[in-house]
Amino acid sequence: MGLGYLTTIGTLVCIYAILAISLNIISGYAGQASLGHAAFFGIGAYASALLTLKLGIGFWVAAPLAMMAAGAIGAVVGVISLRIKGDFLAVTTIGINFVIVTVFEYSDFFGGAYGIMGIQYPTLFGVKISKGYYLLMCLGFVGLCALFSLLVSKSWLGLALEAIRENEAAAEASGINCAKFKIIAFAFGCAWAGLAGVLFAHFMRFITPNDFAFPISITIVAMMVVGGIGTLRGPILGALLMAALPELLRPLANYRLLFYGGLIVLMTRFQPQGLFGDKAFILRMLLGRGPRSMRHSGD
Amino acid sequence: MVQQFLNGIITGSLYALIAVGLTMVYGILRILHIAHAAVFVGGAYIGLVAYTFTGSLVLALIAAAAGCSVLGYLIQRYLYTPMLTEERIVPLIASVGLFILCEDLFRLLGGPYIRAFKVDLWFEKIAFLEAVVTAHQVLILITTAVCLLVVYAVISKTKLGLAWQATAQDMDTARAMGVNIRQVVTFNFIIASSIAAIAGVMTAINYNSVLPTMGSVISYKMFAIVVLGGMGSIPGTVVASLIIGMSETFMSAYFGFIMPRDAIAFTAMILILIVRPQGLFGRAR
Repeated sequence: MGLGYLTTIGTLVCIYAILAISLNIISGYAGQASLGHAAFFGIGAYASALLTLKLGIGFWVAAPLAMMAAGAIGAVVGVISLRIKGDFLAVTTIGINFVIVTVFEYSDFFGGAYGIMGIQYPTLFGVKISKGYYLLMCLGFVGLCALFSLLVSKSWLGLALEAIRENEAAAEASGINCAKFKIIAFAFGCAWAGLAGVLFAHFMRFITPNDFAFPISITIVAMMVVGGIGTLRGPILGALLMAALPELLRPLANYRLLFYGGLIVLMTRFQPQGLFGDKAFILRMLLGRGPRSMRHSGD
Repeated sequence: MVQQFLNGIITGSLYALIAVGLTMVYGILRILHIAHAAVFVGGAYIGLVAYTFTGSLVLALIAAAAGCSVLGYLIQRYLYTPMLTEERIVPLIASVGLFILCEDLFRLLGGPYIRAFKVDLWFEKIAFLEAVVTAHQVLILITTAVCLLVVYAVISKTKLGLAWQATAQDMDTARAMGVNIRQVVTFNFIIASSIAAIAGVMTAINYNSVLPTMGSVISYKMFAIVVLGGMGSIPGTVVASLIIGMSETFMSAYFGFIMPRDAIAFTAMILILIVRPQGLFGRAR
């Protein structure tokens, strides 16, 4: 296992961490089920790839523009979430993921099924960033994203989102403008997913529609849930665990999805708050409160 | 034209067989049972094995239905029921995880390639008006009609069906009135999984192929259908299946260039949901 290989895994873990943290703003804080987060990951990646390749814009200008594109389309989903709720919203977001990937796949403008090749590695002051520094840059963005998420959860916005998650009607009755806050949550969450897409596109330098398909959305959801939904440490540790583990368990490559699926089933069944969530047995053991029952579900 | 209409009905029938089970599960447990697609694929594999050993399609169907009933029961008993008190997204994610797990299990057990499922029926194909109908298509139509009639009869005419209806309306009230909820839920999963198994076998013989990923597109598409039909409404689901089956066939026959087949269901669903958030046939809540 060379250093280059570890750097690659590290960068991918960072990208997934941003995705999981940003999804947590929508699903964990605001309680809106979104099973199409990979679509916004893709919008960011495609927007940045096209901006840099077709218009010749530099990475540092294209990145915020791509974030805005993903955020704007995320806000549209936020508007849709005002009308379509709960399980219907979950299915609608699957549909949105499906439709957006289809647009990438069937339109020549987006490169069709072959995707986009030859995306440039970013430069800083005219110097090409090395792989090691790219990893550091991604780590920096994870830090920024985590800081943003922390600020949101400690602010009035976070309180409002929590109120919406717990009881929307009650929140509305107490004078919270639910519509506004839901749209904001979707816009911010999706914009960060767009940034993850930018980082992914310029790292891989080759993107295809399949990189952003529905199974990726599920992977992101799984990271958030396995880590611990609604907390900040949960999605980060979940991304670390679930993105790195299959890579480090190379001998099990043939059983990768089996392992992945099995882990999700076991986690949701026995530890739905996540491995590092508020009631997780690992945390209780670490904090010395001792493991009580592993099961929280009342039968 | 007649041919397209017929193809649309056949596609729609297969969708209906899968989606009715999903809508029944949603109607009772309010869980989006994505692993239903895994039950469907499982049915196709069990049917193939049984057919290879016995050479009888009827036995293959019975074996598939029985095997999948057990699978459905286990899923319900040991996965869904214990997590009913959790947040709504938890069973959904568990179901997705189970689907990934099963799909990979089928790949490891059955091999990653396509297996043929060739069944010779009493005739090859017949001309009907200006269209050609294969024996498999006739069989699918008959099977779908029988399955749907059985479901309808059981739900509307039997005591257990009455309990099912009561539970679908309000589980807590039904329990308070002395309905045996556990029995209703078990019965629900057995019926739903059996028809999914039959749908699996039918799809397999219609395309003469069984493969591990045959459930992946249908797993999302069945949601679009169930949502269109108004989640939990059985007649709505059947009508929505036929609409989607028809529009897919007609769209790809006449305007194939606009969008691929598999995106039609979702585009239709998103548009209809924006206008009618409770689905085409759902009651406003």
